[in-house]
Amino acid sequence: MNKNLQKIEPYLFILPQFIFFIVFMILPTGLGIWISLNKWDYLTKPKFVGLKNYIDLFKPDTIDYLEFWNAFGNTFKFVIFSVPPLIIIALALALLVNSPNLKFRNFFRGVFYASNVLSVSCVGLIWLWMLDTNAGLVNYYLEKLGIGRIPWLAELPWAWISLVAMTVWWIIGGNMILFLAGLQDIPQTLYEAADIDGASGWQKFWYVTLPGLKRPLLFIVIMTTLAQFNIFGQPYMVTRGGPGNATKVLLMYIRDVAFGQYRMGSASAMAIMMGLVMIVFSIIQYKLLSPKE
Amino acid sequence: MQKLETGKTAKINFTKSYKNKKQLEKILLFSVAVILATFWLLPLLWIVSTAFKPESDVIDPIVRWIPKRVTLDNFRIIFSDKENAPILRWFFNSLFIALSHTILILLFDSLAAFAYARLKFKYKETIYWTMMATMMIPGVINFIPAYVIVDKLGWIDTPAAMIFPGLGGVFGVFLLRQFFEGIPKDLDEAALIDGASYFTIYFRIILPLSKPALMTLAVFTFMGNWNDFLWPILVTNDAANRTLPAGLAIFQGTYIHNYGILMAGALISAVPPILLFLLGQKYFVKGIALSGLKE
Repeated sequence: MNKNLQKIEPYLFILPQFIFFIVFMILPTGLGIWISLNKWDYLTKPKFVGLKNYIDLFKPDTIDYLEFWNAFGNTFKFVIFSVPPLIIIALALALLVNSPNLKFRNFFRGVFYASNVLSVSCVGLIWLWMLDTNAGLVNYYLEKLGIGRIPWLAELPWAWISLVAMTVWWIIGGNMILFLAGLQDIPQTLYEAADIDGASGWQKFWYVTLPGLKRPLLFIVIMTTLAQFNIFGQPYMVTRGGPGNATKVLLMYIRDVAFGQYRMGSASAMAIMMGLVMIVFSIIQYKLLSPKE
Repeated sequence: MQKLETGKTAKINFTKSYKNKKQLEKILLFSVAVILATFWLLPLLWIVSTAFKPESDVIDPIVRWIPKRVTLDNFRIIFSDKENAPILRWFFNSLFIALSHTILILLFDSLAAFAYARLKFKYKETIYWTMMATMMIPGVINFIPAYVIVDKLGWIDTPAAMIFPGLGGVFGVFLLRQFFEGIPKDLDEAALIDGASYFTIYFRIILPLSKPALMTLAVFTFMGNWNDFLWPILVTNDAANRTLPAGLAIFQGTYIHNYGILMAGALISAVPPILLFLLGQKYFVKGIALSGLKE
């Protein structure tokens, strides 16, 4: 009896977390695939339609075709526009606040990271005000400089520039801290050796720092890309998908289809398509960037 | 003699120029950092400035960083509006939901991580690594079916919808298992010989030794749950049931273009996470590094 209990006991420890894992991770994935194979208005019984929801996304004469690929393209644009600055600026900031010659560097780390803890809606409200065409602070100073007012949120390409800029302001600190951890893992002896060889600052960056950052860089690029695919809050709060549908992103459209139009099957198929694209993207990045042993 | 002299002066000159160069670098770095930090903080300073201005001064075409008149009117309006934008209610919703979620994550994930790190049982590694593999599944695939499940459970418009589904995540188990495995095994063995149960070992030995890891997980879980945006919008219909970040989307519509009030709301919503950040700064830095760079 006692021995049996001892055998079961470990399972009791993992059980609570495991139940939630099954109900809210495994079950949804299975259910999601199943819903995507059905036509379902959420009220009546789902009707099995096979791969129709997926095929419809590739048929130019369906309602979803234009809107889905528009949202897909917009999401893609956002990823392409936002990931490079989120990597490059974060690395530059990390190098800056990692330098032993910088005074108060802990304070600066805190400053650059602070905006990262805000919610996306708070960030949205702040930038709505900063970028307001008539009364915003940014246009006020641009006008003083003689550049004039820019319709930051109402016209292209400004709407994209605004979304990318506020995203950089919002989350760059997280990437900066990740790079910082990577920088601190590079053995100091490598720099000392480079000094003895008379390497310049630039050479040290190119031949010591960058190679030493390969693993963290791979991780940061993949995580940042995946996170940016999930863009929703910024356009939802600030551009409302506009001008027109130009900044309407996938999560906005999928939410519309699922909970506005109650076409659960189509929405699930779109969500799974999006998930697959994200997985493919990570694999490609992994193949391209992973350090060769 | 002559030769020695020259050598010495050269050396002094060299050290001097090296010192000067270093001094210059320090000043340069510091200036760059100050300029960047100022730009980074400007938006935050500007919302504080706006939040305390009366409406007439907010729309004043001349920008004044220091308000001409300081007023609490914007906050008063927000707190008295219990119909359209019940910010206080949202605040307490958020607090209750994020706290409950965090406590449950700490409890369930530490129990599970203890078993995976310290106990022997059949299929342990299989279960564990299958679970970890699901980290690869993009969350977008799950949000529609998770809504369906939460609806079937009758949780729409209740805090349960925002507390429980996130407990299915596996990151906390991963983080804690890593940490627990670093604690010497002799401690358990000694306790077992003394007749301690597994639970006693978990509760009396492992947990007290894991405070840093638990704190890190707590801070991250709380912040993540507090700042969640899309999910609370989906699972609440009644405005009163929203969390603070999700509520701000309604609030924005209620006071559209009324920037004094909007910034007061943004400021209120920014205070809790900023406070938590200042109090738990060391856990933040540690946690980000942990989440990222452990192989």
